[in-house]
Amino acid sequence: MPQTVPSIEPPLLTLRGIEKSFPGVKALAGVDFTLNRREIHALMGENGAGKSTLIKVLTGVYRRDSGTMQLGGSEIDPRSPQDAQQAGISTVYQEVNLIPHLSVAENISLGRQPKRLGFLRWGEIAQRAEKAIARLDLKLDVRKPLSSCSIAVQQLIAIARALDTDARVLILDEPTSSLDTREVEQLFVLMRKLRDQGLGIVFVTHFLDQVYAVSDRITILRNGQRVGDYAAVDLSRIELISKMIGKDLSEVERESGGKAKPLSTAREILVQATGLKRKGAVENVDLTIRKGEVVGLAGLLGSGRTETARILFGIDKPDAGKIEIDGHKRELRSARQAIALGFGFSSEDRKTEGIIPNLSVRENIILVLQGQRGWLRLLSRKEQEELAAKYIAMLNIATSDAEKPIRFLSGGNQQKALLARWLASKPRLLILDEPTRGIDVGAKFEIQKLMRSLTNEGMSILFISSELEEVVRSSDRVVILRDRARIAELVGEEISQAAILSSIAGTNESSPE
Amino acid sequence: MKAASDNALQRESKARRHSEAWHHLKWPLIALAVVLLFNFFFTPLFFHLEMKDGRIYGSLIDILNRAAPVMLLSLGMTIVIATGGVDLSVGAVMAIAGSIAALLITKSSYSFLSIVILTVCACAVAGTWNGVLVAYAQVQPIVATLILMVAGRGIAQLLTNGQIITFENPSFAFFGGGTFLALPFPITIVAVTFAILSTLVNRTAAGLFIEAVGDNEKASNYSGINTRLVKLAAYTLGGICAGLAGLIVASDIKAADANNAGLYLELDSILAVVVGGTALTGGRFFLLSSLAGALLIQTITTTILTRAIPVEFTLIVKAVVIIIVCLLQSEEFRKKALQLVRRKS
Repeated sequence: MPQTVPSIEPPLLTLRGIEKSFPGVKALAGVDFTLNRREIHALMGENGAGKSTLIKVLTGVYRRDSGTMQLGGSEIDPRSPQDAQQAGISTVYQEVNLIPHLSVAENISLGRQPKRLGFLRWGEIAQRAEKAIARLDLKLDVRKPLSSCSIAVQQLIAIARALDTDARVLILDEPTSSLDTREVEQLFVLMRKLRDQGLGIVFVTHFLDQVYAVSDRITILRNGQRVGDYAAVDLSRIELISKMIGKDLSEVERESGGKAKPLSTAREILVQATGLKRKGAVENVDLTIRKGEVVGLAGLLGSGRTETARILFGIDKPDAGKIEIDGHKRELRSARQAIALGFGFSSEDRKTEGIIPNLSVRENIILVLQGQRGWLRLLSRKEQEELAAKYIAMLNIATSDAEKPIRFLSGGNQQKALLARWLASKPRLLILDEPTRGIDVGAKFEIQKLMRSLTNEGMSILFISSELEEVVRSSDRVVILRDRARIAELVGEEISQAAILSSIAGTNESSPE
Repeated sequence: MKAASDNALQRESKARRHSEAWHHLKWPLIALAVVLLFNFFFTPLFFHLEMKDGRIYGSLIDILNRAAPVMLLSLGMTIVIATGGVDLSVGAVMAIAGSIAALLITKSSYSFLSIVILTVCACAVAGTWNGVLVAYAQVQPIVATLILMVAGRGIAQLLTNGQIITFENPSFAFFGGGTFLALPFPITIVAVTFAILSTLVNRTAAGLFIEAVGDNEKASNYSGINTRLVKLAAYTLGGICAGLAGLIVASDIKAADANNAGLYLELDSILAVVVGGTALTGGRFFLLSSLAGALLIQTITTTILTRAIPVEFTLIVKAVVIIIVCLLQSEEFRKKALQLVRRKS
């Protein structure tokens, strides 16, 4: 599979057989990676594929268990990010790690300020900053505080800072996630310019359009292994996606078909969202949810699935767009309000947004219901215990007893308990964000069965999952998101993995390709 | 079959619940018992009780009486800490309470009851101010309450024009020095406050909400709990408890001393809460254990005073005992200590 690199020069950076394990997980299992001079190299893969582990090994945040790393022909072994930077590997992270109230110049020199006799040399700091900024074709006063610049310019300044040392390799870890289209274009112009100056750039992103807009080569990782290394022009989108999720398109086409589901257009509309927009989250999302149906929300990571759910549940407020519930326009301002309207939201981030770790399984289960009743009408101890016992039995939650703190349960059982928390509140719309992540096959199947019986009782479900089979199997309708916008909708028999994949891969008119 | 397993489930549930509450009450109680035992053998008349003019006298009663202000503070502090916060201003709020009461007694003709109610209301407002800063302005609790800790004493001094106001008011004197059921009245105030608070947290959902907010605020918010209101209410309760404590002190010394009333007591009450096993990170809380912690601190102080040990040692001994109790509460420490003992023998 890996193709030979048609290059006269020796590669700039060569990683061979990189392995890294964490307790219980093999994050990287012998990964090779080659970066040339004058190259923008995209590193692709779904969540958990090993992208960020590889970057962290490369920048000295983690120590590799085995494998070799060569930069410009000589062996390197960075033990810290500073180490890596001195060797010539600079990194710009997703979130700007700079200090807002310091000046642009100070930010660029931070941590390596020129000093004489222990005093800072302000003149030189400013000069150096101006030189670094000029290299990026940016024109701005380096004495201004960083916070006065837009996020996009801050991102560029972070790059300027990274290049201030003698960088040969520049790693950009999802640099575009908080930028809008015009700002992304600005960044790309800079990336191409730096490439032409001889830099090797590693580009990590979830946005397919961007990969093709700017990358020369693509390396795909899956489950800690390298799937392959391709020239961007030789790899079609659909191939890229199939390789990322590990499913051959032909295989996918064979699998699906023969699903008969009732068309549900006749049912009453529960929620209708149009033109939802929120900077850095979603660009343009329309969504209709009818009573008693399962709507699947499909798309790659970062396509705006969770972001859409958060807006519907009142956690984030949209900048534009309209939400109608039961035909009435509503402004959702808080989760509390959404719950009062009969919504429930089981977050994908079980640990920080789901469980109350030290409270018992019982208390975790009754929490939403008790919140609805208010603080004065406490559910009696008996009612609480009955509810807990009912859901422990119904969902087969494996716990020695209902009073065990929920943090002692396994991930899958925590997930079931959170599901119980929402079911106990009898919602009209239940938003399930990755409800089956990290749970075993049997439990997955149970949750799918449960979803079906809940919708038969009239509940609506918005189902978000990275696993396409699940989306296909469970959904009455699938809304497909790409790059934060709704691009297609499949109903009933149209729903298949192949159809979803080709929608995600399809180029849109405005794409720069 | 199913019913039987359900029953077993419930029985196990109950057992776990009791063991958890007991686990946190155990260590301060054991420490208290050790200190008392020491006094039993080495301090003459420590357990001596005597009935005089319808009131019981003795060191034990004295401890309960002296501990009353810190016990009140620690009740409120427990709730605040359970929400993941802390309230440094309670000592200053005590001073405010004293000043307001002194002003009302000397400058107005309000009845005893109206003075108490007005003062406590003012302190509730002070607590609410903390709560607004923490819950709505999102100021870190330690900073938010530090503001009132500093400013509060200033307010108390302004109210009294920087003077110590002394007063004679027999009915108000009862609040801190009166006898009720043969015991000093402050003990009754603590008991009633404790009863009200434990009813509030056990008979309503307030306890669940407080623990949920302290344990995982984000998840609680997404579960539809009004997390801001819960936090706000916690600081208001803290203010009310501080007001009551301030009234006891002012009534006891028959004066409002804006400089010294309640000085450093916020730290004692935080210690009492920690000794009682409520984690500073918030979540599960234990009101009764906090009271035991406050009693432990006072018992140590009284022991030192009655044994004529130089007073300078008080703070050091206090610190040592508290460190020991805190270490004992850590399961990890107990395990390591046990290993060490075993290896030696």
